[in-house]
Amino acid sequence: MKKFDKDRVLLGLAAPVLSVLGALIVTGLVLLASGKEPFHAFHVMLTYGSKSDSQVYILNKATPYYLSGLAVAIGFRMNLFNIGVDGQYRLAAFFAAAVGGSMSIPGIIQIPIIILTAMVVGAAWAAIAGVLKVTRGVSEVISTIMLNSIAGIVIGYFLQDGRLGVTDKLANTITTKPIPSGSHLFNFTTQTDPVVGFIVFAGLAGVVYWFVLSRTRFGFDLRSVGRSESAAQASGVSVKKMVIVSMLISGAMAGLVGMSTLLNQSYQFSTDFPAGIGFTGIAVALLGRNNPIGIAVGALLWAFLERASNGLEFEGYDKEIVGVIQGAIVLAVVIAYELVRRYGLARQQRQVGAELAAAGSDDKQEVTA
Amino acid sequence: MRRVSKIAAAGVVSAALALTATACGSSTTSDSGSTGGSGSASSSSSAGGGGKSKGVGMAYDVGGRGDHSFNDSAARGLDKADGELKLDSKELTASNGETESDRVQRLESLAAAGYNPVIAVGYTYGPSVTTAAKKYPNVTFGLVDSVVDAPNVDSMVFATEQSSYLAGVAAALKTKSGKVGFIGGVQNTLIGTFDAGFAQGVKDTKSSVQLTREYLYKTDPRGFNDATSAAAKAQGMLDKGVDVIYTAAGLSGDGSIQKVAGKSGAWAIGVDSDQFQDPALAKYKNSLLTSAIKNVDVAVYDLINSVKKDNKPKVGTNSYDLANGGVSLATSGGFLADVQAQIDAAKQKIVSGQIKVSSTP
Repeated sequence: MKKFDKDRVLLGLAAPVLSVLGALIVTGLVLLASGKEPFHAFHVMLTYGSKSDSQVYILNKATPYYLSGLAVAIGFRMNLFNIGVDGQYRLAAFFAAAVGGSMSIPGIIQIPIIILTAMVVGAAWAAIAGVLKVTRGVSEVISTIMLNSIAGIVIGYFLQDGRLGVTDKLANTITTKPIPSGSHLFNFTTQTDPVVGFIVFAGLAGVVYWFVLSRTRFGFDLRSVGRSESAAQASGVSVKKMVIVSMLISGAMAGLVGMSTLLNQSYQFSTDFPAGIGFTGIAVALLGRNNPIGIAVGALLWAFLERASNGLEFEGYDKEIVGVIQGAIVLAVVIAYELVRRYGLARQQRQVGAELAAAGSDDKQEVTA
Repeated sequence: MRRVSKIAAAGVVSAALALTATACGSSTTSDSGSTGGSGSASSSSSAGGGGKSKGVGMAYDVGGRGDHSFNDSAARGLDKADGELKLDSKELTASNGETESDRVQRLESLAAAGYNPVIAVGYTYGPSVTTAAKKYPNVTFGLVDSVVDAPNVDSMVFATEQSSYLAGVAAALKTKSGKVGFIGGVQNTLIGTFDAGFAQGVKDTKSSVQLTREYLYKTDPRGFNDATSAAAKAQGMLDKGVDVIYTAAGLSGDGSIQKVAGKSGAWAIGVDSDQFQDPALAKYKNSLLTSAIKNVDVAVYDLINSVKKDNKPKVGTNSYDLANGGVSLATSGGFLADVQAQIDAAKQKIVSGQIKVSSTP
């Protein structure tokens, strides 16, 4: 039994390792085709990406990626594709920033209010897709994608002078009122730039994710719905309720994505608030196999690649090569998982077959005996 | 069985490749560091010595070199300076969805590597230039389209309302239907200067001409990169009888120009670069009446020259307007030949201060 578990771990690791290797090979070929030397590029990425300020950058960048990956993974776990994390976190960060900017009470109260606002807004936005799916059978893939676009429009409507926005006449950008300095979240100072304090909350979110999904009845129900809806239904799980609840949780988690930027870096929501992290989360969740530690590795890898792209650009490579690596990783992940899954299945069948055969021969012996 | 062996083979091959990759990486890196990267190594060591200086550090806005418009204009200035002064410059480009720290990092890495001046192209760099300029007081920073009040920053601002005024004069004189249109990418202060100048130019020339103004987005910077939506707005205007359309929306302008070219007798007015000369728009160039040019290249070239040649960095807020050739109205194509006298007259009045062009709509 123990040996079997070890094999499973190996199989689990095989897919991500295979896919990263595959992606590196593809990238190497692309670099070769464009007449550049690939090994030097990889070397540049490694040395540049491991400098101390790069490490800080990677941690800061990986924090929202991690939360986004968790948000997506909650949906994945029950076969729900929450493509809408992007809209959910932006809308959440926007309203959280608006709430934060309009108050000036002690940070110890205000910071939780800001975070809660973000979680509630994210959950509410995701719930729309959940309700539509349960009551009208609308695929959450379609509705969440559309809700992303609508979230952008809602933000555009409110982020105007006289509504919730303040224009900066010179810089041509519109922002929400800045959050008072008393409510800025703590940072960890390092030799170079500070590491965002919200990374602690991201770690906690990972622990909560692990605990809820693998150590509670709710988590079991959620995973069983993901495995087989009809089987879950038959064993007394209300699938509709689970859809709504998991969309709510996924959305609340998505609400946290923008918080490290808001509470540790920008302190306001502006038109240049980072967008697209929700989609990064999909790749990160895929890469991490919905496992809280795997997602962390995926998020760090993604942040590392983005950091390394700067080093590449400095050395005269096209920074877009990192986009090629990321794209290749996602494709390779999907392929590698499918290969490994099939291999695992075949192996399992073979094992069962062998055991049955052994049992069969035992029976025969008994009969002859 | 076959599948299993295939996977096994794939695993072995990739593992082997990985091994060779790491082996090559670790053994030849020291080599390639000194041979392959000799150029960069030597130049960085000389920068460390502080004696010889490196070239210019350029930080482009999203789109970068090759956007046929704003960034390319800055790149032209750099190329000119590079060619004349034999500089070894470095160009970095912003990517979508960046945070403030990404931009600061970009500027600081250029400054730290010894590039001087460091030029930030686009108003989004405003706050990051403030940060970087404080940290590197001995480096001169250039900032296009925004103002930062620091002793080592050259804030390059363009009086686009003046060139837009001339575009308005041209539009008012060329319209047959008596209706002209303005399409802005994003409704912000910067695009407002185009809007205001154009409107004033139209009104001062022929007050009977009717102006329709539309913006693609209120706040979303996507407005500079959404040709489809600009095309739809332009079509709407054409349907209402508008026959001259001025589009100030970066890349989105392509969509509008394309629609205008589809209707005979209608004119499009380009922006930032002389779009008549743009090979990407060559198909439509016979519908391009003129372009309101913003000579970012002049400003960039001036700054580089001041730092590299004259050793007297040009800092403070430097305005580029009609008087010093920082902005102008293109004449390529010769479609304005019949009204050139009136445009020149208007230009003279602006230069002499007889006409004050408002920068807010």
